[in-house]
Amino acid sequence: MLAPRLIPCLDVKDGRVVKGVRFQDLRDAGDPVLRASAYQDQGADEIVILDVSATPEGRGHAVDTTLMVRQVLSIPLTVGGGVRGVDDARSLLEAGADKVSVNTAAVKRPALLAELAGRFGSQCTVLAVDAAESSPGRWEVVVNGGRTRTGIDVEAWVAEAALLGAGEILLTSWDRDGTRSGYDLDLIAAVASVVTVPIIASGGADNAGHLHDALAAGATAVLAASILHDGDTTVGSLKDELLANGTRVRP
Amino acid sequence: MSVEVVVVPTGTANMASVAAAFRRIGTELSEARSSEEIRSADRLVLPGVGAFAAAMERIDERGWRQALVDRIDEGRPTLAICLGMQLLCEKSEESPGVLGLGVVSGTVTRLPEHLTVPQLGWNQVMPAPGSRFLMPGWAYFANSYRLTSVPDDWTCARTSYGGSFVSAIERGNLLACQFHPELSGDWGSELLSRWLNGKRVRS
Repeated sequence: MLAPRLIPCLDVKDGRVVKGVRFQDLRDAGDPVLRASAYQDQGADEIVILDVSATPEGRGHAVDTTLMVRQVLSIPLTVGGGVRGVDDARSLLEAGADKVSVNTAAVKRPALLAELAGRFGSQCTVLAVDAAESSPGRWEVVVNGGRTRTGIDVEAWVAEAALLGAGEILLTSWDRDGTRSGYDLDLIAAVASVVTVPIIASGGADNAGHLHDALAAGATAVLAASILHDGDTTVGSLKDELLANGTRVRP
Repeated sequence: MSVEVVVVPTGTANMASVAAAFRRIGTELSEARSSEEIRSADRLVLPGVGAFAAAMERIDERGWRQALVDRIDEGRPTLAICLGMQLLCEKSEESPGVLGLGVVSGTVTRLPEHLTVPQLGWNQVMPAPGSRFLMPGWAYFANSYRLTSVPDDWTCARTSYGGSFVSAIERGNLLACQFHPELSGDWGSELLSRWLNGKRVRS
C-alpha cells in the first residue's frame, strides 16, 4: 500500500529559507542545504523548495540551491518558483529536481502544463495552487504570492490542469498559510472530488492531528513548514503520532 | 577502486538524481557515446522518466537497441530504473505499436483507473526468496504503468497498489526496478551499492 507522504517545505528567498504568515512578514529560517538534510534524517518523504525571490537575481539562486541540495538528498525533490517555460523547468531538472512546480505562469498560460507534461511527463509536472475562500464553500485562485485575486474558481482550474497534464496538485490554503489553525479540509475535499491525481495539502498545519485530518479529507501527502522550521516538532515525532493513531506512514 | 559506470542518455530521463546517488557511493557516471560502449561497459545504467515511445525512439535513432539486448543476454551488469525497466519488455499500453527491447516477455499496462494515478510516493517492496540484490523495504515510486507478471526465469519482487505488481526483477547481474533506488533513501543507496559491487544480500 502506498504510504501518505510528509513533506517539509522550504520557501527560499535569495538563497535562504524564509517563512511568513499568509506569504507576508518573511523571517529567516536558515540554510536550505542544512534544513533539507536535517529533515531527510528525520524521515521526510520528500522535500519541496519554493523560490519566493522577488527579483530575477534572487531567482537565479534557485538552480544553485537545487544543485547543492541534490548532492545531500537521497529522497525526491520538488522545486518551484519562477518557472515560465520548458527551459526554466529543464534548468531545475538538470540541477537535480525530480519534479517541477508551476503556479502563476500556468494560470496566465495554461498550455504551459501541457508543454511540461509532454516534454518531461506528468509525474514531473506539479501544479501549485494558492486558494483563498471567496464565499462559503467556494475558493478562488490567488497569484503573485497572494497579492492578486484572479476570480478563477479553484475546482474548475485544477480539473482543467489535470486534463492538460498536471500529475500532482500542491494545494495551499492562502487563508491558513502560516496560521497553524489546521488545513482547510473543505478545500481539500472539494479538490479531491474533481481530480484523481495526487494532492499535497498545504497551509495551516500545527500538529499530527491536522495531518491526519487532511489525509482523511482526501490528500495523499501533507506539507509542513512553520512547525518544523520553528523546531516545535520533528518529522519523526509527527510520523510516530500518525502511526500511533493508525495512519500507516513510512517509518 | 571504482568501476566504470556508463549511463544511457534516454533523452527524457532526469540524470542528476541518479548521478548524485552514485556520487554518494563513490562513483562518477559517464554518458554512453557508442554502441560498443553500451555493449561492453563494466556497469550500465538504463534510466528513464517520461514516455515509452520517446525513449525507444531515442535508443533506435542512435542504433543502440541491439547493443543493449546483447549485453543483457551476455549477463553483463545492468541496472534499469523506472521507465528503463519497462523498456526491457516487449511493449507498453502507453505507446501502442512501439517495440520495446523484448528482453522480458510481457506487456506493460496502465494502473487501474480507480486509483490515484500516477502512483507518487513510498511503497513496500517484497522480494522473492533467493533474491540476490533486494531486501524488503520502502521504495519511492513515480509511475502510471507497470508490469503485472514475468516469466519464471526472473526473480521478482512485488508491491501492492490496487493489486500486486512487479516492482523489480533480477537475473544474474541484471537488476530492473520500477521504483527509483536513487530516491529511496538509505535503503536505495545500499541497493545501488550492492548492484555496483556485485554483492549478495547478507553476504
